[in-house]
Amino acid sequence: MSLAMYQQNILDHYQHPHNAGKLDPADAHAHVSNPLCGDELDFFLNFDEEGTVSEVKFTGRGCTISQASASMLSDQLSGMSRPAIMKLPTDHPMTLLGVPVNPARLKCATLSLEAVQQAIGHH
Amino acid sequence: MASFTTIKSDFPIFQSNPNLVYLDSAASSQKPQAVIDAERKFYEEYYSNVHRGVYGLSVKATDAYEGAREKVRLFIHARSTKEIVFTKGATEAINLVASALGKLLEPGDVILLSEAEHHANVVPWLQLQEEKRITLRYIPVNDSGKLAMDKVPELLDDKVKLVTMSQMSNVLGTVNDIQEISRQAHGVGAFVLVDAAQSVAHMPVDVQELDADFLVFSGHKMLGPTGIGVLYAREEILATLLPYQVGGDMVLAVAKDKVTWNELPWRFEAGTPNIAGAIGLGAAITYLERIGMQKIWKHDQELTRYGLGELKKVPGLKLLGPVVSGPTRGAIFSFTVDGIHPHDVGSILDEQGIAIRAGHHCAMPLHQRFGLTATIRASYYIYNSKDDIDVLIKGLLKVQEVFA
Repeated sequence: MSLAMYQQNILDHYQHPHNAGKLDPADAHAHVSNPLCGDELDFFLNFDEEGTVSEVKFTGRGCTISQASASMLSDQLSGMSRPAIMKLPTDHPMTLLGVPVNPARLKCATLSLEAVQQAIGHH
Repeated sequence: MASFTTIKSDFPIFQSNPNLVYLDSAASSQKPQAVIDAERKFYEEYYSNVHRGVYGLSVKATDAYEGAREKVRLFIHARSTKEIVFTKGATEAINLVASALGKLLEPGDVILLSEAEHHANVVPWLQLQEEKRITLRYIPVNDSGKLAMDKVPELLDDKVKLVTMSQMSNVLGTVNDIQEISRQAHGVGAFVLVDAAQSVAHMPVDVQELDADFLVFSGHKMLGPTGIGVLYAREEILATLLPYQVGGDMVLAVAKDKVTWNELPWRFEAGTPNIAGAIGLGAAITYLERIGMQKIWKHDQELTRYGLGELKKVPGLKLLGPVVSGPTRGAIFSFTVDGIHPHDVGSILDEQGIAIRAGHHCAMPLHQRFGLTATIRASYYIYNSKDDIDVLIKGLLKVQEVFA
């Protein structure tokens, strides 16, 4: 039996998420949810004078894929500029996860990037 | 009559997918060869429109379509085929009632429904609340997943025009006491609408015994095709309602300035109907009745009893709905597993060939009542056996291993 979606590194990110927590105050914040299954994410970002991400935190609850994807994305954001983040393609979280994501679960995977781009869009 | 051990071989899907463990019949059932053949035979051998042609084929198609209506009438023990309206499904049937009955409602009127309803039996009433400034009242569900029948008398008064609820909950499996609801509702002059989408597939349903004014169901959950369903409506009431949709076939005569509605039930079937769907539904009824609805209900009860006992063995599993088997519960099990999101459970079961549903099962208010956003649902039907419960239990233990 293949459990491709549930590789150890994904389970690790889910069980011990990186950058967990809140930033208060935060330069940018967004809350996103998937009412279909109840996945929720809050992303908090701070920027330095050059406009690159200096701090990132997130809180959330939901399935492995949504939370692991958020944890992995949060690792990548520090030092990235706003335009660079906005240019990340929709399927970027799938690249981070590095496993085939079942079509029924794509929304779980992409929720993290949606949150971050929404936060910057509001900023 | 085939025994329950051989029934599975009547369903080609299990030959195409030999390892499939299908536990999502509450969403939609699989189809026996007899239903598939009935539709194909219609298209291949006597296809034409109904109620139109003077030619032989059209007469044959009309006979088959109207024959299916008679099968439905007998199946749910309606008095007359005038009381049987074909719709797209239970959803359209409820929309039909909401639209037609809605025209008669006045601001301040109340519709009483249960907290456990499928969105199909919530949203049309929410719409009416907006449009007609009526009020919705909800009968609560208690912690054990049963309707709080003791609250019904205080919720019922002469403002209530309609009481509506499922006969069997699509999440909890709970079977409601419709006879008692009808008795109390009729006591204040309210109509009763029964969503029989789940129950009609699993147990004998008798509209006269239930004393229902309206009863709706879909073909696809009871072995029939998609896109066909039924509205049963008491003839005296249906006769007073205005058409829901208008056009061809639902009229007797049309002049440039005047229209005369057709007789019941055709007044409520505008346009060319889903002829093949109705014929397929008729074939599904024939198939179910060959087994016998009493026997099917007994099989359901056995699976429920066994399932409840086995699910208890999974550590951290929390079941919604009654935990004791009996005639007030069907074989629908919705639950959560501690520390693991329902979607993850669903995906890992899927990897093992087990098809279950993860989500809110179109019953968000009910999930909110239990403080949940999603559950895992395994639902059983005639082609399932105790083995399929054992497979689920093993599958759930495997899920827990992945997360250990």
